[in-house]
Amino acid sequence: MRRVVLFSGIICLAAVQMTVRQAAAQERPVVFANARVLPVSGPPIDAGTVVVVGGTIAAVGPAGATPIPADSETIDCTGKVIIPGLVDTHSHVGGGWGGDASGPIQPDVRVLDSINVRDSGFRKARAGGLTTLNIMPGSGHLLSGQTIYAKLRKASTIDDLFVRDAAGKPLGGMKMANGTNSRKDVPFPGTRSKSAALVRQKFLKAQDYRRKIDQAKDDPTKRPDRDLEMEGLLDVLDGRTVVHHHCHRADDIMTVLRLREEFGFKVVLHHVSEAWKVADQLAKAQAPCSVIVVDSPGGKLEAMDLSLATGAVLEKAGAPVAIHTDDPVTDSRLFLRSAALAVRGGMSPEKALEAVTLAGAKMLELDARIGTLEPGKDADLAVLSGEPFSARTKVLETWIEGRKVFDRDDPEDRLFAVGGYGSGRDQQAHACCTDERLSETK
Amino acid sequence: MRRRMLGCAAAAIMLVSGRPSPGGEMLVVRGDVVHTMTGPPIEKGVVVIEGGRITLVGSALDIPVPPAARVLEGRVVTPGLIDAHTALGLSGYLNQEQDQDQLDKGEPIQPELRAIDSYNPRERLIEWVRGFGITTIHTGHAPGALVSGQTMIVKTAGETADDAVVKPVAMVAVTLGDDARPGDEKKSPGTRSKAVAMLRGELVKTQDYLRKRELADPEKRPDRDLRREAFADVLRGRLPLLVTVNRATDIDAALRIAAEFGITIVLDSAAEAYLAADRIRAAGVPVIVHPSMRRGGKGETENISFETAATLRAKGIPVALQSGFEGYVPKTRVALFEAAVAAANGLTTEQALATITTDAAAILGVADRVGALRPGMDADVAVFDGDPFEYTTHCTAVVIDGRVVSEAPR
Repeated sequence: MRRVVLFSGIICLAAVQMTVRQAAAQERPVVFANARVLPVSGPPIDAGTVVVVGGTIAAVGPAGATPIPADSETIDCTGKVIIPGLVDTHSHVGGGWGGDASGPIQPDVRVLDSINVRDSGFRKARAGGLTTLNIMPGSGHLLSGQTIYAKLRKASTIDDLFVRDAAGKPLGGMKMANGTNSRKDVPFPGTRSKSAALVRQKFLKAQDYRRKIDQAKDDPTKRPDRDLEMEGLLDVLDGRTVVHHHCHRADDIMTVLRLREEFGFKVVLHHVSEAWKVADQLAKAQAPCSVIVVDSPGGKLEAMDLSLATGAVLEKAGAPVAIHTDDPVTDSRLFLRSAALAVRGGMSPEKALEAVTLAGAKMLELDARIGTLEPGKDADLAVLSGEPFSARTKVLETWIEGRKVFDRDDPEDRLFAVGGYGSGRDQQAHACCTDERLSETK
Repeated sequence: MRRRMLGCAAAAIMLVSGRPSPGGEMLVVRGDVVHTMTGPPIEKGVVVIEGGRITLVGSALDIPVPPAARVLEGRVVTPGLIDAHTALGLSGYLNQEQDQDQLDKGEPIQPELRAIDSYNPRERLIEWVRGFGITTIHTGHAPGALVSGQTMIVKTAGETADDAVVKPVAMVAVTLGDDARPGDEKKSPGTRSKAVAMLRGELVKTQDYLRKRELADPEKRPDRDLRREAFADVLRGRLPLLVTVNRATDIDAALRIAAEFGITIVLDSAAEAYLAADRIRAAGVPVIVHPSMRRGGKGETENISFETAATLRAKGIPVALQSGFEGYVPKTRVALFEAAVAAANGLTTEQALATITTDAAAILGVADRVGALRPGMDADVAVFDGDPFEYTTHCTAVVIDGRVVSEAPR
């Protein structure tokens, strides 16, 4: 008897491990019918249909011209608008921390080791139609650590949120910063030049580490000892990891491009308050820019010349533009408002919607999987009550990989969508791989 | 002779800078929709302005445009908007020591600090919010000390604080809760109870001061004391306390103090006001509700709701909205956007507009001058190229006291 219990326990565990991703997948095909569909990959489709099978988008097209699977569940979306799940290239949801006060450059530190998946911020982000986040450590270091790309699935551990590569490795970037945030007492830099010098020296060291590994070839005795810091930087130098670089002022932006040129890493420029001053250079360099849109300039010296027109100027110049929340600097539930304010500043509505979906997906190198409503991509989408940039539009539902993760009609979800007593507390954990929360299964 | 010339010069200066500084020309503002806030919106409406004041409001069918008048046009016309609470002009956009005058941390209780002595009318963020149609702000000492100082009401135009001022002393800013703590363990107040005790102690002391100031024998009267005089105006009902509170516990503490001393209070921020709505209503206290993205993380504002303005209004509580105080990026929020969130979360367009026009003016005690479009009011007008609450709309013109102060679409 005892053995039987143990045995079934093992099966259960194995099943759990196998299905971390699949567990999130739906069982029946779902058809979203009669919606105005904004696929981002193409023109809007009035009275469109989105077919989702096995957590993946199977078809998108006009009603009547889109094949519907036999056993599917149909959701009538008349009067509603469907957009791809929103991609936030820069979030601090979950309260994760990166490096500590011991030094300005800490590439060994992973934000994934400190994220609280029960943070109410995750539920609020789902209520805003967000489905994928780049969760970053802060900007108080030149390099504060490794970021994590997270799907906002219902989660009981951070592992449930990972976006993995083919080998099963969780994907993420590397957070760097220049300007004023990382300027502190020694060992932190005191000037911009010192900031750049410290970073360059560290990357030179990583290049040496690379050379020693290459020279050792297949002889393990000649290989340098493992070094977590160097390994983090090698991921950057080898192009496996994208640098996400905080920078506001035009000269700080140009400094990042100079370092990119010298070391050949991939980089996304974040915040870019003064990108409008160097838009042509950014377009020429095809430097990906992820813009923060806030209500006013100021609050710190490097954001003095922040402008609502930044997105528009970059679009006109031809530079890649995404928009991010920097949650808690802006509330994830109002992410679409950031894009709407960029439209107010002159950006085209098409590019502004792209900026919170496909452009972000590209900057996270996840555009093969997310960012548009196209067959073969993850079924991540938001159902809206109206046009995406209207202040009065509500996110009604958020779906990730074919499963509903937010429903405004659910009273608990609604609490997190609008706020109120209890909306700020940590949420209950979700029992792994089921839809039920621990509180309900106890 | 010399003295007479001096007198002349003084009079001339008064003429140039004294308020109200009426715009000379006749101005006509036309809109497809004019929200007068005194009645239903007027389709194809016209606002006629002369000498800095509104002289006529009505339908374009009834009011011909005088040939000499300058004409501004837009899709939607509203009264100049009111930000019911901010620290603009005292807290500058650089956020460096030299432009932060909203809070003196030397002492926990300083009601004698006047806002007008710190107000910088050239502060860039004043021009910023004005571009969104904000023409009147209630600004002054920020939350962050038990009694941080006075507030004032100004127009978002003017070369000097004296030019801009509508009401030089509006309220006395009080904070209860975590933000009232100086952060230094050795300094008081260190707890909520201590903060309330200190405030009550000041008011009791002021009651004694007032009594002694009335003594028949001038020799026995206490010397003039600015701190006592400020609190005396509070006790006399001339000066409301603007009490920044968030938790329901602190809201109740504020109502308790108001009842004990029979003083007028206005609740500010009030994150959990929805838990205390019946008591706030019974006390007849208005609420200036926090911005929708008020940061507080896990602190006192963690339970804020987008629906608070609607919830309180439905209870019959006077409600206004505000940009609040921001200590980082962005350095200010925009009351127009706050009203947009309220309009999307339970308020009608007219009700949401009222939170930044008529209702705000009433709570601030300036409804006889600003907040509505009707003859005799200050000629403060905002013009939009669409629904003012849509984020994609632009404010295309702003008029203050009959002068066009902004025409760059924002």
